[in-house]
Amino acid sequence: MARDVLFEIGLEELPARFIDDAEQQLLIKTEAWLKELRIPFGSITSFATPRRLAVYIQEMEEFQTTIEEEAKGPAAKIAKDENGDWTKAAIGFTRGQGKTPEDIYTKEIKGISYIFVKKHIEGKSVQELLPDFKAIIESIQFGKNMRWATETLRYARPIRWLVALFGSEVIPFEITNVKTSNITYGHRFLGKEIHLAAPSEYESSLLDNYVVVNPKKREEMIIEGIKTLEEANNLLIPVDAALLNEVKNLVEYPTAFMGSFEEDYLKLPSEVLITSMKEHQRYFPVTSKDGQLLARFVGVRNGDIHELATVIRGNEKVLRARLSDAEFFLEEDLKQSIDFYQERLERVVFQKNLGTISDKVKRIIHITEKVTELIGLDDAQKEKTVRAATISKFDLMTNMVNEFTELQGIVGEKYAVHFGEDPIVAGAIREHYLPKQANGALPESLVGSIVSIADKLDTIVGCISVGLVPTGSQDPYGLRRQATGVLRIIAEREWDISLETLLDIVTSLYQTLDIELENQDKVAAELKEFFQLRASYLLKELHVEQDVINAVVHRAVGKFDYTIAKAKLLSEKRSDESFKHIQEALVRVLNLSDKADGVNVRSEQFKTESEAALYSQYNLVRENFDTYNKHKNAVKALACLEELADSIHSFFDNNMVMADDEDIRANRLALINILSSLIKEYADLRLIEWKQHF
Amino acid sequence: MNIQEMILTLQKHWSDQNCILMQAYDVEKGAGTMSPMTLLRSLGPEPWNVAYVEPSRRPADGRYGENPNRLYQHHQFQVIMKPSPANIQQLYLDSLVKLGINPLEHDIRFVEDNWENPTLGAAGLGWEVWLDGMEITQFTYFQQIGGLEANPVTVEITYGIERLASYIQDKENVFDLEWNNGVTVRDIFYQPEFEHSKYTFEESNTEMLFQLFSMYEKEAESTMNKGLVFPAYDYVLKCSHTFNLLDAKGVISVTERTGYISRIRNLARSIAKTYVAEREKLGFPMLEKEEN
Repeated sequence: MARDVLFEIGLEELPARFIDDAEQQLLIKTEAWLKELRIPFGSITSFATPRRLAVYIQEMEEFQTTIEEEAKGPAAKIAKDENGDWTKAAIGFTRGQGKTPEDIYTKEIKGISYIFVKKHIEGKSVQELLPDFKAIIESIQFGKNMRWATETLRYARPIRWLVALFGSEVIPFEITNVKTSNITYGHRFLGKEIHLAAPSEYESSLLDNYVVVNPKKREEMIIEGIKTLEEANNLLIPVDAALLNEVKNLVEYPTAFMGSFEEDYLKLPSEVLITSMKEHQRYFPVTSKDGQLLARFVGVRNGDIHELATVIRGNEKVLRARLSDAEFFLEEDLKQSIDFYQERLERVVFQKNLGTISDKVKRIIHITEKVTELIGLDDAQKEKTVRAATISKFDLMTNMVNEFTELQGIVGEKYAVHFGEDPIVAGAIREHYLPKQANGALPESLVGSIVSIADKLDTIVGCISVGLVPTGSQDPYGLRRQATGVLRIIAEREWDISLETLLDIVTSLYQTLDIELENQDKVAAELKEFFQLRASYLLKELHVEQDVINAVVHRAVGKFDYTIAKAKLLSEKRSDESFKHIQEALVRVLNLSDKADGVNVRSEQFKTESEAALYSQYNLVRENFDTYNKHKNAVKALACLEELADSIHSFFDNNMVMADDEDIRANRLALINILSSLIKEYADLRLIEWKQHF
Repeated sequence: MNIQEMILTLQKHWSDQNCILMQAYDVEKGAGTMSPMTLLRSLGPEPWNVAYVEPSRRPADGRYGENPNRLYQHHQFQVIMKPSPANIQQLYLDSLVKLGINPLEHDIRFVEDNWENPTLGAAGLGWEVWLDGMEITQFTYFQQIGGLEANPVTVEITYGIERLASYIQDKENVFDLEWNNGVTVRDIFYQPEFEHSKYTFEESNTEMLFQLFSMYEKEAESTMNKGLVFPAYDYVLKCSHTFNLLDAKGVISVTERTGYISRIRNLARSIAKTYVAEREKLGFPMLEKEEN
């Protein structure tokens, strides 16, 4: 007969951010466990709230499935001796399987006959196996773990009760001195202790005790509550998905409510209002039907409507205190000037080996100037960009950013406008922090883009130069994200600047500073590898495969938009039949490139027509290639190389490169050398796994 | 309920849970955690349950008595239990009921908040407790103290007395809070708030403070080398407060700043290690007491 099974882990309040993932793990691990143990069941459901993770298995069979398994033994020809008797090998095999030679039968696999025995594995009683579920509970991984009391288990939060039921029977086990039972607990304040008679009662008993165990249902209740408030008040409550997701995991029984604050606070920057509501208090901001922010907010209480007015009043008081602080900061901040804050930057360390933020800003200015020259900005544009670089960090010293750190840059823009800065310059203060995530929005303006890469390159080169290289999951300064940002900006802007040129600017700058740097070659190698990995990451996002990636970034990440274009083109060519002939020719050259050196090809040393022809073809192509390569025309640059293919094949078919005559050999190697340099300027085609049919 | 009654209520409640009621520690400090009754005693295997009010000085938060929410010196009610009891959340919630906060009439939540104090090499996991959206308590399971792993784990509950009182008494301005019948925080603390702010930001003798820092630091080190943990720790606290005064005045240059913090941290770390070693020499006396 089948029975229902329930496991519930009762915890002190779990961090909201861990709950969805932990629930998912519990479900997947349980399914895998049942499968591995061959326990048939009807269906499986998981539940989660801040205080519990649970899994409910319906119709679990009382016995494991009994199975017949084939065990494969040695080949038949060594299983019997010349007399037709079973050999030691065969007998040993059957004994190992708990069988006798009478059980042997043979079967052919790929033309060879082997001996087999059939094994019968009797399904055990499930009840004996269920206590092992302890290991599943202990194996759940959380982003951050802790210990408590004298326990050694590391878990997100302390385990306070455990429910484990097989039908009406308790499955006995113990974790961190907590024994399993059939007792669970309702809502912390509104609920009671619940004695479960059967797993099937779980969801409804808890609902009676003000716990909605299904996270989807809590989410629906919140959305429902928000809709009701919207309709009753004739306004809009935009539901931010991430906030909704967090809020549903902060409560066991959600009740949405609406509060308000003084209209006067609406004069604060809207980002300040929204951050105060969303980030600090987990409220949903409210707007009018036409999208104007209103002096209202929607919160979600963990409980029912009992004394809701008190809860609303308390929440209003908290928000008012925050907004009154913000108002105070705004007024105080605007009494000062940008220069006042600039001077204060001298007092704050950016990183202990890399000096103050003020030092950092000086470096950003230097890099910015160099980049504006490379791009060829006119004086007016250049002036704006340098100004933006100069004041890019001033807002870090304001009270507002000190309190609302997530508004760095945004506050800077608002204040800069107030202090009379050009809107482009002010906007760049906000934009230079972009992209905030690897795939986040890029700076919209040219000025913002330049300051953004200047700031990021300074951080990356600076950190790596003093030995702060990201390892594994350790990347405290977010160097990977910033490097990705740099490459994306360069590519999107289609600047005619290679990454290596930029790195040279920054590393040369660091050489001139009074900073103790790691060994120069080591830093250069680390920077190269670091950026190649970021470039690979971005190219993979564009569905370029690793071998093509290696081919295009082998020497340098280069001008990244061009690198992308080459990678895309080569990805097509690698399975293009008509390219086979060309690629074979180019790879033939490259295969000899390690042996080749010298650049002086002398026509008088040519002994055959084919080598003279190849050289003249090279000279014909060289200039065009350079032009297209310079203009980042991936298709036409490759076409130039294609024009060499016939001559290359003919060269190899008709000449011995390693000729006995030293002069002839040197001349041919020099020819190979200049050719392979040309090809490598495009890509190291040797690294590509060609996919044409051979 | 006035502040005095709140403190009496909390003392009675935690005394009933077998906490030793201590008085505030008599050296200036930025938080109740820094009292040796917490920081040192939470180290090592000996059980330790204690509760006390701690006046906490934060020179940089001084606002001349003009800001309704910020103070040079506020009060914390600190509870420390080692090992952390299984019903600690309930014990805490019971204390709120005794303060007149009926959980059924409010929204009380435990919202993730992890605590770290690099100066003391200390870190913990836990929550801030929200009462109708307002943070009233820090609730932390220490995981590391003075660079040493906390084992057994200590739980620390820190009530912000003024915060909680502003809710209980429904006051917007901290200076309007009633300390006992008719006497307000303004009556007691306005003048010291103003004067300490003025001293900190304008009048303090910077040169003397720098000298004091060095002297305290030397004394901490030499005292510790003699295995005298508690006096050494007092000097660490003095270093820390002196540093806070200098920092609030904005006279510590950047490079120096990092240097000062790491000097204090190194001292705190070696004191933590020495403390455990000294307790071990004594045979962890509190451990035996428990067994008897």
